[in-house]
This record gives sequence, C-alpha cells and structure tokens, in this order.
Amino acid sequence: MNENGIRCDGRKVDQLRSISIKVGVLKNADGSAYIEFGKNKILAGIFGPRDVHPKHMANQDSGILRCRYHMSPFSVTERKNPAPSRREIEISKVIKEALQPAVILKDFPRTVVDVFIEVLQADGGTRCAALDAASVALADAGIPMHDLVSACAAGKVADQIVLDINNEEDQEGQADMPIAYMPNLGKITLMQLDGILSPSEYKKCIQTGISGCKQVYEIQRKALMEKYFGNETP
Amino acid sequence: MMETKRRYVIPGDVITTGPFRPEQNVYQEGDRIISTSVGISEIYENAVRVIPLTGIYMPKTNDLVIGKVIGHSSLSWEFDINSCFVGFLPAQDVFGRDYSPTKDELKERLDKGDLVAARVANFDRSRDPLLTVQDRDLGKIESGELIEIAPSKVPRLIGKRGSMIQTIEMATKAMITIGQNGWVVVSSEDPDGLLKAIEAIKMVDAQAHMPNLTERVKSMLGVELGDNNDTINE
Repeated sequence: MNENGIRCDGRKVDQLRSISIKVGVLKNADGSAYIEFGKNKILAGIFGPRDVHPKHMANQDSGILRCRYHMSPFSVTERKNPAPSRREIEISKVIKEALQPAVILKDFPRTVVDVFIEVLQADGGTRCAALDAASVALADAGIPMHDLVSACAAGKVADQIVLDINNEEDQEGQADMPIAYMPNLGKITLMQLDGILSPSEYKKCIQTGISGCKQVYEIQRKALMEKYFGNETP
Repeated sequence: MMETKRRYVIPGDVITTGPFRPEQNVYQEGDRIISTSVGISEIYENAVRVIPLTGIYMPKTNDLVIGKVIGHSSLSWEFDINSCFVGFLPAQDVFGRDYSPTKDELKERLDKGDLVAARVANFDRSRDPLLTVQDRDLGKIESGELIEIAPSKVPRLIGKRGSMIQTIEMATKAMITIGQNGWVVVSSEDPDGLLKAIEAIKMVDAQAHMPNLTERVKSMLGVELGDNNDTINE
C-alpha cells in the first residue's frame, strides 16, 4: 500500500473489486449463476429439491442442503490436484452452514437441494464470491429463502482495515475476515477470522465487511432483476 | 374489491409492513412481510402473496398432472410428475377391484415412457402423491407433442377462466391438455396448427410476467384484436 492509501491493485481501502453476476447460465441445472469477483471466476449450479441418495441421509421433517465447493485444476498458477482437498472440504462445510439459515426447506421433506460450486479462476476471497453466486443461484432455482446471502471479506493489511482483500493482500496481510450477511434481516451467517485483531480493530473490521456485503447485495439484486424482469418496472 | 398492488420482488424484499395476512411465498418477521421467491407481489383484501416466476411443482390434491411412467412394482406404477416427489398409481385404479398380481400384467396397460393424464388423489408431507385416472378425460395419452413449461407459469397459460388456452385452441384448432406440473400435451390433425400452438405456449412461458399477454398471443396467432375469443381471422 502506498502513502496515499492506494492498494497494490489500485483500489482505495474501502473499495470492492469489480463484480459482475450472470443468472441462469447453465441449462441443465435447476438454477445457476456465474460471478466474476475481481479476477475470481466462479460457477454455481443448483439441483433440487430432488430425491436424496443415499436414502439414509433423508430427513422426514424437512429437506436437506448439501454443498460441494471445488477448484478446477487450472484455477491456480500451479496445477491443483482435482481430488477434494482438506481446504475444499472445509469450505464446502462453511458455505453450507452459511446458506442454511437463509433457505426454507420445511416444505420439501425427504428431498435434498444440492449446491455445486466450481472455481474456474481463483484470486483470494473465493469462499465469499462462491457464496454470492450460490445464493443467487438458489433464488434462480426457486428455492424459498428468508433472504439472499451476500458475502464479502475484510481484513488488516499494513496496519489498516481494508475491504475485500485479494490474494496478494491475503498472503502479505495481517488478518482476513470473510463475512456473510443477510442484508434485509441484518443477520450474519458466516464469520471467520484468520489473524490477530485488537477489539477495536475487530469491530471496525466487521463494520467494513458488512458495508461491503451491502454493496454486493445491490449487484446480486440487479442481476436477478435483469434475468426475470428485464429492465422494466411495473 | 380493493385494487391489487403489484411489484417485482426477490427473496428478502420487504413487501409491506402492517396488519396483513401472509399467504403464498411470503413470511412475517415482526410487522414486516417479506418475500421468499423471485416473483410478483400482490396485496389484496388485507392479504399479501407472491406469484413465483421460478421453482418446481408441488403436488396439490385435485391437480390435473401429466406424468411419465418410470417403472412399476407388482401393485403400482411410478410416475415422473416433474416434481421432487414420485407419483404413485395403484394397479386397482386401472384394472378395477378384481386386480390380481398373478393374473394381470401391468406392462400391458402402461409401459415405461408412456404419458398419462392423471389427477392427484391424495398428497401430504408424510407420503408421496397418490394419483388416480378414474375420471373423464384421464388416462393414457395416445398421441401428441409434449412441451415443458415452468410450473409457476401454468396459471398464466390457462388465463382468467381459461381465456388464454381457449384463444390458442380456437386459433390453431389444436387439442391442448395442461398439467399443473408444467407439462403440456398438444395434439392436432394439422401440422401447421400444431407448430403454431407450440410457439404460442412457448411465448406464454417466456413472457409470463408481461401485461397484455393475451393480446400479444392473439396478434402472434393472427386473431383480430379486441374481438371476442371465438372469432377467428381467416
């Protein structure tokens, strides 16, 4: 970061990377979305509600949510082994748990909603970008939801709290805090922290993250509106 | 009747606040009424609901559905009804009371891949939907073209008191059977009429959220505008 507060990729401290979301890009999935979050390129596909296999996983009282986060071998500079790594299994789990409070599956007993996330190109903050795409794809699939989930990371780089840290800042920085947030309900569904922050920095970091989530939400909203209603308003 | 107020909404949108009755695809959080789907919100007579534009078919008792045979046991057939649940048609329903698994062969009446118009006899959360074909116009569909549309757009294809479907049937002289599950069978002696009817149905599917849809369909089919449905411009 230089003396004017401009970051390594030319952004200000409270500026997001450029984000674009496309809804309904996959024909064979029930719902889908494609997100470009800076240099991250991520596809999300939803199947379901559908029959649960294996059968023993089914819940008689409500539907279940399953999630698979996967990075393509070509998504990073050195070829990544396509087998699910420890990190991917963890991220699948946290994404599932971040989406769980948003979806309403009680009307679909004995069924499953599968979320498949494929990272085509990674540049830091993929779990947040993946969550953004997945929640838009869930809405596209028509799964009832309490609210969209918007996610964005904040962190501490060169002793300053910054919004949406990229790969380089993640490697060099002091802390990284991904946050997922339901903007209309004002509830946080995911909060992780890697690094050390003082209590006051922690508070500021959460505030910064939430403000980023709100900006992401506007983009998600626009993408959904464009797919379903074009540019018109009633 | 009170004027209905419509708006385009996505999950999480606050439709209104105050003492309204939440109906389909909305939920109440404090005094706010919030949408759970992408769709069009309606406020009428103190009730609020959202007409969804996406989502799968949820069976309801008495719905007419079109199902495809996916297999059978010795006592019943299983149907794909374009839902997360499998439809069951008991053998007695087709063979009558004196059905005996040793004497009658289910395959002879309905085989894999056959299309059937059926009614949902019973469905609740704890069991898969039970179908019946014991009614007028129900049973195996011998010929016709199967078209899939979004189940949420079926009411639009039928129109107010069947106006839309009558318009299409009159103008193309085709026989159209609409399943509530979004499967539509069109049959016609005249290949041109068949193609035109299919085109009209696909148009309704694509433009379901637009106003004046009946007029648009009429002009596409070459029916004189502003006239009654039963006058055809030859």
